[in-house]
Amino acid sequence: MANVLAVLEQRDGALRKVSHEVVAAARGLADGLGGTVDALVMATGPVSGAEALGASGADRVLAAAHGDFGLYHPDGYAATVASIAGSYGAVVFAATAQGRDLSPRVAAKLGVACATDVTACAVEGGRVVVTRPVYAGKALQRVAVTGAPAVLSVRPNTFPALKSDKAGAAESATVPDFTARVTVKEIKAPAEATLDVTEAPIVVSGGRGLKEPDNFKLIEELAAAFGSAAVGASRAVVDAGWREHGAQVGQTGKTVSPSLYVAVGISGAIQHLAGMRTSKVIVAINKDKDAPIFKVADYGIVGDLFEVVPKLTEAVRQARAER
Amino acid sequence: MRIAVCVKRVPDTTTKIVIGGDGSSIDESGVKFVPNPYDEYAIEAAIALKEKAGAGETTVVSLGKETAQETIRTALAMGIDKGVLLKCAGSADGLEVAKAIAAELGGGSYDLVLMGKMAVDDYNHQVGPMVAELMGLPCITAVSSLAVEGGAVVAEREIEGGVEVVTCQLPAVITTDKGVNTPRLPSLKGIMAAKKKPLETKEVTLGAGGLEVLGLSLPPERQAGKIVGEGADAVPALIELLRNEAKVL
Ligand SMILES: Cc1cc2nc3c(=O)[nH]c(=O)nc-3n(C[C@H](O)[C@H](O)[C@H](O)COP(=O)(O)OP(=O)(O)OC[C@H]3O[C@@H](n4cnc5c(N)ncnc54)[C@H](O)[C@@H]3O)c2cc1C
Ligand SMILES: Nc1ncnc2c1ncn2[C@@H]1O[C@H](COP(=O)(O)O)[C@@H](O)[C@H]1O
Repeated sequence: MANVLAVLEQRDGALRKVSHEVVAAARGLADGLGGTVDALVMATGPVSGAEALGASGADRVLAAAHGDFGLYHPDGYAATVASIAGSYGAVVFAATAQGRDLSPRVAAKLGVACATDVTACAVEGGRVVVTRPVYAGKALQRVAVTGAPAVLSVRPNTFPALKSDKAGAAESATVPDFTARVTVKEIKAPAEATLDVTEAPIVVSGGRGLKEPDNFKLIEELAAAFGSAAVGASRAVVDAGWREHGAQVGQTGKTVSPSLYVAVGISGAIQHLAGMRTSKVIVAINKDKDAPIFKVADYGIVGDLFEVVPKLTEAVRQARAER
Repeated sequence: MRIAVCVKRVPDTTTKIVIGGDGSSIDESGVKFVPNPYDEYAIEAAIALKEKAGAGETTVVSLGKETAQETIRTALAMGIDKGVLLKCAGSADGLEVAKAIAAELGGGSYDLVLMGKMAVDDYNHQVGPMVAELMGLPCITAVSSLAVEGGAVVAEREIEGGVEVVTCQLPAVITTDKGVNTPRLPSLKGIMAAKKKPLETKEVTLGAGGLEVLGLSLPPERQAGKIVGEGADAVPALIELLRNEAKVL
């Protein structure tokens, strides 16, 4: 029971970035428990990127292949994980759309509790102890997960992927019989492939200070200048229909922890802060020097965003070109 | 259509959190409690689906202390037909809550069970799918669009970088996300009517569960940083800091 199962995610047959973070969290627990890490990948066949999981900390990569496992398959995935999870000391998921759906199903099948959205985990006195933000990040709960196995999901962007020169062994896992009651028909992708705010290393968000939906192009340009950055939004502009709900950061939107969060024309209401206060570096641009966003920002510029943002975009472009 | 909605009583989202004397829960004095915001979408969906079907019954279930009656009354004032309070003393992990709710719903021959995608206090995201597993029902979580037609459910859920289109048959458990509808406000007439609607209280006992809360603390304060400067002239200094101090460029 000292071994740890990492339940990974793929999209279109390629391993998702968050999968390496799940393996990193699992590695930490396995080292604490004195066991090994098995990484489970469910797909229709081979998954690109899975061969490199050894370097991310997995001792074995288990491939569970099934003709219906191209898209997320709630019943099939849950049955597969539950059929092997019982022999592990801990089972780690990602706190993503898929992992948040799958982990409680598996926990219920096993009859154990589930600790979701974990931001830190360790083995203390033989027990899995986790930290999870509650009350929209306004408090941190420390919890011992006493179930066998301990089931948890880890928040994206909080467990950095590991790098070693090890290779993992590849094995296949059996998919048990299951009843398919829920069918994921398709994924409707946005017109342009965009990074999700929960997973992007940099998030540039705009708020009501932008005045009009069209002005969001300033935010898009700044995000593009940074390279791999996602565009976020405050609820005020999502409710106004300027941006999709998927971009909303905050209490009733996404919780993000990027390396850099840039808030443009956002006042910093408590419900917005709830979604981004764990970002590593926060930059705020606001014309009101008393805006609450400056209380959490590492760096602030007081000024008119219509003047500052185009200059900043230009400067970021230049800085990155010089690298 | 027989529809059940599960609603949790939670602190208002603007609440300033103060850690309680036990060091593992919040100090509830002076805290304003509201129905969990995500559960309001579930309530709205239940009422709208019954209206569309033209017949049926909607039931709100809340597990908690006596005070959860207020939460139930709010749902009744919005238009839910009757309420059940599963009264218990303390709280427990999601699976224990799910067991108690599943036991209550089990005998109800509901066509649809609606819940929020998560409670904004514990951030668990789990009671819905757990109830579904325990009842052997299909479950779609965090739906931002929901259509029920002739016993079939077609829903959409936001995933990273896209939207999943998901289907299942009734009976089912569905958990709601923002975007699925706009919850109505209780009308004055609704508030009056709610006082006369049936509200049954049942005592339940929760198991100890598998999550032992060791402590609750406030997150480290973010140090207010520095104002780099004013206007566009401050841009070079900001770039310098991002590159050399924060090392994110
Ligand atoms: C239950 C509940 C849940 C909520 N959930 C969320 C959530 O998930 N996410 C969220 O964001 N909010 C949420 N809110 C809403 C939140 O309370 C705020 O209303 C919202 O965040 C405000 O958005 P904003 O900062 O864009 O707008 P405002 O508060 O109007 O701020 C606009 C800012 O732009 C600045 N500005 C204006 N013009 C310029 C200019 N030319 N240059 C520079 N700066 C300028 C202003 O100084 C101001 O600070 C929630 C509220 C409730 C009640
Ligand atoms: N004590 C409770 N009473 C009624 N419903 C609850 C309770 N706890 C959770 N739920 C339901 O389960 C959903 C998810 O909650 P959670 O898994 O705790 O984040 C909530 O949105 C409610 O619909």
